[in-house]
Amino acid sequence: MTINLAIVIPFLMAILIPILYRRFTKLHIGWLVLAVPVIIFIMLVRLIPFVAEGHTYSHTYNWIPSLDINFTTYLDGLSMIFGLLITGVGSLVILYSIFYLSAKESLQHFYCYLLLFMGAMLGVVFSDNLMVLYAFWELTSVSSFLLIAFWHHRKASRAGAQKAMLITVTGGVSMLVGFIMLHMMTGSYSVHEIIRNVSQFTDHQLFVPAMILILFGAFTKSAQFPFHIWLPDAMEAPTPVSAYLHSATMVKAGIYLVARLTPIFGGDAIWFWLVTVAGLVTLFWGSFNAVKQTDLKALLAFSTVSQLGLIMSLFGMGSVAFKLGYSDSTIIYTQATFAALFHLVNHSTFKGALFMMVGIVDHELGTRDVRRLGGLMSLMPLTFTVAVIGSLSMAGMPPFNGFLSKEMFFAAAIHMRDLDIFSISSIGILFPVVAWVASIFTFVYCMIIIFKTFFGKPYEKSEGKPIHEAPIGMLVSPIILCVFVVGIFIFPNVLGQYILKPAMASIYPGFAPAEVLTPKIHAWHGINMELLMTIGVVIVGVMLYRKLKTWKPVYRLFPYRFSFNELFRHLLEGLESGSNKVTTSYMTGSLRKYVLYIYLFFIVAVGGYFLFSGGFAYSSANDAPVEIYELMLIIVMLLAGISMLFVKSRLTATLLNGVIGFGVSIFFVIFRAPDLALTQLIVESVTTVLFLLCFSFLPEWKREDSPKSVKISNAVIAGAVGALVVVMSFAVMYYDEFDSISSYFENAYELAGGANIVNTILGDFRGFDTMLEVVVLFIAGLGVYTLIKLKARKEDTDNEN
Amino acid sequence: METLMILLIGVLIAVATYLILSKNLIRVILGTAVLSHAVHLLILTIAGVKKGNVPLLKEAEAPYTDALPQALILTAIVISFAVTAFVLVLAYRTYQSNGTDDLEGLRGQENE
Repeated sequence: MTINLAIVIPFLMAILIPILYRRFTKLHIGWLVLAVPVIIFIMLVRLIPFVAEGHTYSHTYNWIPSLDINFTTYLDGLSMIFGLLITGVGSLVILYSIFYLSAKESLQHFYCYLLLFMGAMLGVVFSDNLMVLYAFWELTSVSSFLLIAFWHHRKASRAGAQKAMLITVTGGVSMLVGFIMLHMMTGSYSVHEIIRNVSQFTDHQLFVPAMILILFGAFTKSAQFPFHIWLPDAMEAPTPVSAYLHSATMVKAGIYLVARLTPIFGGDAIWFWLVTVAGLVTLFWGSFNAVKQTDLKALLAFSTVSQLGLIMSLFGMGSVAFKLGYSDSTIIYTQATFAALFHLVNHSTFKGALFMMVGIVDHELGTRDVRRLGGLMSLMPLTFTVAVIGSLSMAGMPPFNGFLSKEMFFAAAIHMRDLDIFSISSIGILFPVVAWVASIFTFVYCMIIIFKTFFGKPYEKSEGKPIHEAPIGMLVSPIILCVFVVGIFIFPNVLGQYILKPAMASIYPGFAPAEVLTPKIHAWHGINMELLMTIGVVIVGVMLYRKLKTWKPVYRLFPYRFSFNELFRHLLEGLESGSNKVTTSYMTGSLRKYVLYIYLFFIVAVGGYFLFSGGFAYSSANDAPVEIYELMLIIVMLLAGISMLFVKSRLTATLLNGVIGFGVSIFFVIFRAPDLALTQLIVESVTTVLFLLCFSFLPEWKREDSPKSVKISNAVIAGAVGALVVVMSFAVMYYDEFDSISSYFENAYELAGGANIVNTILGDFRGFDTMLEVVVLFIAGLGVYTLIKLKARKEDTDNEN
Repeated sequence: METLMILLIGVLIAVATYLILSKNLIRVILGTAVLSHAVHLLILTIAGVKKGNVPLLKEAEAPYTDALPQALILTAIVISFAVTAFVLVLAYRTYQSNGTDDLEGLRGQENE
């Protein structure tokens, strides 16, 4: 129940916030919102011991059982980590945003979207049913879109939001297809059920396509190369949003999915290669590009891309253990997964702090361009401390938590060398090499953050206002995160035993006892390869940073024209202009064309059916006898109809229409329908009067001056439609597979207490229809009235049409 | 009788279609009016004509004519009346604000 509440509360609050916002005008609404993640966080923390003992919690609420879609919440070690991150970082971010966003912004929207996101994200990590997970997954994309475009008056915000939405939703839809394939294979949407039975499906022909489609979704969400391009653009969002969605939580949804599905797909060579290589390439590309950024936030965006790649590649490496099976010598490979989980937590702490630090700098100075910043160390000592702790942790330096996970990452990469499955042996050496090179760039951009912002020439503010430290409220959150950064370094095993151990158990279910899967984390493990690599990173990194100017031209080797951003832009523009062309080619604004499409479709579909099915039937055996006056009436109506086409005056045409109408009413009399005849008489009279009334306002009827070819084609189509209706009517008349339902209504007196059957049908049997008919009449009347009234006002205001 | 009626209806529908395809707004509206006449007759005819007495229980003896199509047509007559009235006023308004009743001239692309 707790977990269901955790998902529901944010949504409820998201609905309430716009209402409460009006009530609490004096109070910053953020304080109310802050209570939500704090309460859920405390609820989750109280469950930690329960989960750490290896228990799981599950609750099912039947939603659409016939489609196998149930609202199943599931709490295990893995969802616990994410739940804690979402609510923990969420609390700090909201606290920070209270001071970051002034009360003038439309706060009710901001917090509504933020709560929507929080609920959706909790839904993603706590859902066991893949369909429910997918729904929440897309909801995170939508709320992310709304939050990126929060300052929607800025063009860049809108563009960034659109890009993020397009890329993540494309991935999401492909993921949905993958989920459906999984269901086709396994007959279940429940992740845990699929995991239990997975061994039966690994040879299924849909196994690999499903895997690739789902990975596509995960990669787009987690900004893996080459889909990373949306993340830097998403930095147009307010900084609290960047810190929360685009660094700590939402972008980790893809990683969550990979971790969650590792028991299903892990052990497959394609999974290993895709996840690991995508991760490593992203790691390198992100860190390499981060160095050239001049905007601090863009730099952090690329660094996030790179760190996400690191975590992703670790999960890839960890999946090898499924292939090898459990033994004392293979347990070492599960440590990659452990490192991934560990780094996941660490990254949220230090990156969250760094984003908030950049937000403070931006907030106080109005710029985050490293070329303009400098010398802030003495002016903003606390911010400086946060920056140093965050950056050094990111660079993998002791005494911060990043050091521990970075070392484990190196260790995992080194172990890959010794493998001889999946034909790794030939290129195994590349794993540690790429890891090491990427870490050097990471080190370099961390130096840029510290030195370019806080050292060197002091920043000159144009207005001459003195620069001062941020208000304490803004500093509380990053400082708390920094305490975690240091605290985790000192007591890593507390985190390991209580949080990471149950998560390992849920990624490797039934693989080995959780104790075996959870290594003891040591800050000092003697001088070994990993330590030497770190020392190498520092030495080369410092050298590269000092010589930055000399090698920076390297970046110009990649012209913008060939970047993925350009590719995306071209693709989008091509799509837009292409669909525009297609649409304008048939949406010409000509009514005749539109009607023509309908008629042609009618002719092709119905005519084609009769042509190929032979469904036509005709017999005049049952026909009623024809009286002479009926024949005369038919001839009169025929003549009236045909001469309507040729008359010169609109008056004549209208009167001919009247002739047809009155002819119809006489037929109603002949065909034993007195009610119809009466109604038709009245309506026909009123319609004719209406036509005549309108003519006094409309111009005289001009001759149709269409070209001959148009007239002929019109005539051909008209003839074809008429003929087709005749054919169809014959076929319908002589079709007697079903009995008529009309005899039911002959009981009208008993059922409805009326002797006139037609009236009882209208007023009783189908009374609701008649009521809606009255509504239609009412709306039409309203329309007529407004259209006439509209004229009077419109004439003197504008003539836009 | 039914055969003849259906042929008449076919001709009326062809006439209506031709009118709807023309350029003049009033012709199009007249076309829809003729079309609804034709369709009303069609519904009644397909059910079979002159197969029984007037569907008034106390006034006539069984068998009765099928009352269901009559009820449907009654609804259709009223609705088509409402639509015709609305479209007529729409045509009037269109002419007032655009100065033309030529549909090709109302395409809203070239002359804007």
